[in-house]
Amino acid sequence: MTPFTYAKPESVAQAVRSGAGHQSDAKSSALDFFAGGTDMVQLMQERVRNPEHVVDITGLPQLDRIEVGEQSTRLGALVRMSDAASHPHIVEVFPVVAEALLASASPQVRNLATLGGNLLQRTRCGYFRDVVTPCNKRIPGSGCPAIDGQNRGLAILGTSQRCIATYAGDFANALMVLDASVLIAGSAGLRTVALADLHRQPGDTPHLETHLQPGELIVAIELPHLAVGLRSHYLKVRDRTSFAFALASVAVGLDMASDGTVRDARIAVGGVATTPWRLPRVEQALRGHKLDAELCRAASALASADAVPHGQNAFKVTLLERVVARGLEETGGLA
Amino acid sequence: MVAPESSYGEESVPPTSGAAPAVEPHTIRSVDVDLTINGAQHRLASLDVNATLLDCLRDALHLTGTKKGCGLGQCGACTVLVDGRRVNACLCLAVMQQGKQITTIEGIGIEGDLHVLQSAFIRHDAFQCGYCTSGQIMSGLACIHEGHTRSDDEVREWMSGNLCRCGAYTNIVAAVREAAQGSVAK
Ligand SMILES: Cc1cc2nc3c(=O)[nH]c(=O)nc-3n(C[C@H](O)[C@H](O)[C@H](O)COP(=O)(O)OP(=O)(O)OC[C@H]3O[C@@H](n4cnc5c(N)ncnc54)[C@H](O)[C@@H]3O)c2cc1C
Ligand code: SF4
Ligand code: FES
Ligand code: FES
Repeated sequence: MTPFTYAKPESVAQAVRSGAGHQSDAKSSALDFFAGGTDMVQLMQERVRNPEHVVDITGLPQLDRIEVGEQSTRLGALVRMSDAASHPHIVEVFPVVAEALLASASPQVRNLATLGGNLLQRTRCGYFRDVVTPCNKRIPGSGCPAIDGQNRGLAILGTSQRCIATYAGDFANALMVLDASVLIAGSAGLRTVALADLHRQPGDTPHLETHLQPGELIVAIELPHLAVGLRSHYLKVRDRTSFAFALASVAVGLDMASDGTVRDARIAVGGVATTPWRLPRVEQALRGHKLDAELCRAASALASADAVPHGQNAFKVTLLERVVARGLEETGGLA
Repeated sequence: MVAPESSYGEESVPPTSGAAPAVEPHTIRSVDVDLTINGAQHRLASLDVNATLLDCLRDALHLTGTKKGCGLGQCGACTVLVDGRRVNACLCLAVMQQGKQITTIEGIGIEGDLHVLQSAFIRHDAFQCGYCTSGQIMSGLACIHEGHTRSDDEVREWMSGNLCRCGAYTNIVAAVREAAQGSVAK
């Protein structure tokens, strides 16, 4: 790890004033926020991030709370993944969140990792994390060896000519089906951004991964209670049963009438796209119809309509459809 | 320098001045760090702030029972308890562990007076080379206290952060389940 200086601000204002950032290219921000450190230490040990200055935000007051309000539940950015996953209200009302968290990483990592840091975790693309190779995300303009190279784990949705890296997180996919938003503190005060608008597709600037400005800090995640009553579920397919990133995963939220008719469907997928990714066409195909195995299969066939495979990851096209179908069946009580 | 705030929700944040980010004046590169490990206080004089808890335990304090496998959170060999919760010591900065209770394998039992789980590992032959073992035992302790030992599958899932290259998994699961049924009140 490259040496750095360290500060532990005691207020959000102080943290924001530090100007610390979270870009992915090796050059920009020399100042990084540090929460659970589970991704930061990996990146620093492998010299992918070499901040000159680290701003430890774990001392910020009140950000480690889960507050259940009338209209919404607010998850503080410093809540640890393990604590959110075992919180009775989350388990009962937002099972998709608890399941996605428990399907992530290991018990040890979940005890350290925070929810805010989780949303901003970097891709697991092997070239991004290997500093001796080119990578447009790490060194803008240097090229993307993954497009014609080792890309078995990489994305088939939302890719560009410059980058096909997968958004690796699970939690954000669950939040997508709950219409969650993120509360952000910056130099101009607080703002709220829909989770769906937090991450950027790579386009021509794969090193810009989110719409956060330098100094901006995620302070909380807001889950509206509109989604209460939704049946929800997270299904994740990996190379091994546990402790691995997704090859493909699906977060499902279904609002069903008593006769099995789908009133509303929300579906987001992970492991296959460059950002947390909703599937509006699949959702549309489900609405107003009675959920059965046939409908699940027909609707999920639309999941890969926009997919662009790149060789090694071509198997994900079929896998994605099957994971969506299976996730729907499990959520709807058919499997 | 900034007054403690009552609520992050309503506070207004003063704008940054100019283009250059303001580095707080009291930043540090090395610092005296006080750690409480297995109940004992240790002072590490002018420790580099980038030192991990794992490197500190092994290199500065010579508590070499905690092992370094990957250094990246992927193997669990470095598992210790911080305030009773299992974590990867390789992912923690030592400077951030002050004021917390750290428990390592050296703190749970000694030769002649082993912890129930240590004895169970021996009885079940739950290791070959032993490299992963201290991490398995620390993780297993937490797994038992968390109550995730109702079935073999549950133990496998909740011990999945600890890899064993010798493949002693079957016996590790048996040892953890046996210790969970017995007393772990130590
Ligand atoms: C071995 C291993 C396996 C894993 N497996 C999975 C998995 O299966 N699924 C999954 O989803 N994740 C997985 N992860 C990723 C893990 O969940 C993330 O590393 C973790 O959630 C990041 O949270 P943190 O608090 O440790 O963030 P940090 O490492 O402290 O920070 C991550 C990034 O976020 C920034 N940041 C942190 N908090 C804030 C904030 N409040 N506001 C603004 N910026 C902030 C930091 O500057 C940094 O850029 C795995 C990690 C490891 C080490
Ligand atoms: S896919 Fe993206 S992260 Fe991976 S090498 Fe290409 S540019 Fe880098
Ligand atoms: S050494 Fe810490 S997890 Fe491998
Ligand atoms: S006993 Fe050798 S790695 Fe587990």
